[in-house]
Amino acid sequence: MNAPLKTLSHSPVGQHSLSSVPALHFQQASFEHRGHALLTPTTLTLSGCQRTLIMGPNGAGKSLLMRLAHGLLRPSSGHVRWEGTPPVQAMVFQRPVLLRRSAIDNLIYALAVQRVPRRERKALALQALEKFGLASLAKRPARVLSGGEQQRLTLARAWLLKPAVLFLDEPTSALDPAAIKAVEEAVNEFHHNGTRIVMTTHDLHQAKRLADDVLFMYSGQVLEHTPAERFFDTPASSQARAFIRGELVW
Amino acid sequence: MSASDNPFYTALALILGIDSGLFDIVALSLQVSLIAVLIASALALPVGAALALWRFPGRNALIVALNALMGLPPVVAGLCVYLLLSRAGPLGSFGLLFTPTAMVVAQVILVFPIIAALTRQQVEALHSEYAEQLRSLGLSQLRMMPTLLWDARFGLLTVILAGFGRASAEVGAVMIVGGNIDGVTRVMTTSIVLETSKGNLPLALGLGIILLTLVTLINALAHLVSEAAKRRLG
Repeated sequence: MNAPLKTLSHSPVGQHSLSSVPALHFQQASFEHRGHALLTPTTLTLSGCQRTLIMGPNGAGKSLLMRLAHGLLRPSSGHVRWEGTPPVQAMVFQRPVLLRRSAIDNLIYALAVQRVPRRERKALALQALEKFGLASLAKRPARVLSGGEQQRLTLARAWLLKPAVLFLDEPTSALDPAAIKAVEEAVNEFHHNGTRIVMTTHDLHQAKRLADDVLFMYSGQVLEHTPAERFFDTPASSQARAFIRGELVW
Repeated sequence: MSASDNPFYTALALILGIDSGLFDIVALSLQVSLIAVLIASALALPVGAALALWRFPGRNALIVALNALMGLPPVVAGLCVYLLLSRAGPLGSFGLLFTPTAMVVAQVILVFPIIAALTRQQVEALHSEYAEQLRSLGLSQLRMMPTLLWDARFGLLTVILAGFGRASAEVGAVMIVGGNIDGVTRVMTTSIVLETSKGNLPLALGLGIILLTLVTLINALAHLVSEAAKRRLG
């Protein structure tokens, strides 16, 4: 089940030097829905090639912040801007969204969308399946795979896009420990290849394992954006202190 | 009831006798309805998907209109086509009235709203599940259309069968624009009406049994194909 990631060389196009990931600026960006302010005006910068973990209680606006960053949503006011041209991005969702076709056809589809020449698609897809330990499941319908397998397949799909930035919205919240481990290894593999990681999670331990820096959100506000070590040792806000102690904060 | 009065016996005798007249009627029925469903599907599937994907002023009115047209009485559709194709009508010069082509046109009008309205529902439901992922992959709405139609294919097969059911069962439209001309535009349903009015009830019922059997066979075939594909693709 938990096949270790093969260190298969990624094609050179996927290698991003650490400086090549452009910075993302939130400039007084806010989001409202039906009169409710779901994100208060926020100014922050995500730069460098780090693993940023967005943390906070349910409903704090973590997923919303990520969707604004990825461009799935537009801010009601203010701006969300990349410095220079927007980089190639991919997103992995909490519930894997896979098409009603075989595992390999899901990957081939993503390559077709990227306009990869037809004759190269199958080999690339097989390579990605191999890398994420799914080679034996290539012909299986994607939707009958287990939750962990499905999430690895979405990671394989993201891998094929060679993203400079990878967004993950609670990718492990419905998985068993082995599958969680596989996802975390994949995240690190992406990072290792120069992909910037932006990920939300509820799981403190997971955040401690993965985070370079932490964005702590509470009730539609970004309360802290600090290096991980500082966040876990000496959180600045009382809400973050309570959150880390595992107390209810709402 | 003597043997010849029994509709099942009549149906069997009709089939076993392979009356060439009957064969023509059955063939024309299937031909007209299948072509009509094919054309209506080619038009209505993209229209339904587009309605599901795009937001524009008047969209809701269009959806309500399509839903309402699902209940369009066949005689009204027939009458409209009749007026269009009759000698004095705008398309009269083509001389299409009382031909199988006119019957196809009328049935396309009947089937289109059913397929378009139901496709809209199916695709919209699937879109709410797929939208974020597909946009994240960088798909425009136009490029989402074929993906969503393909992924909704099992549901859409049922939608198309509903359209076929409507086409093969209706009599009002084909009667008006076809005219029930023996050997030219006579189909199963118009024959049944004719035989009923002549009092030849066993023959009418026998034809009804044949029609029902054919429709059942087509539906069974579609069901089998879709079940097999579903098992394979999950």
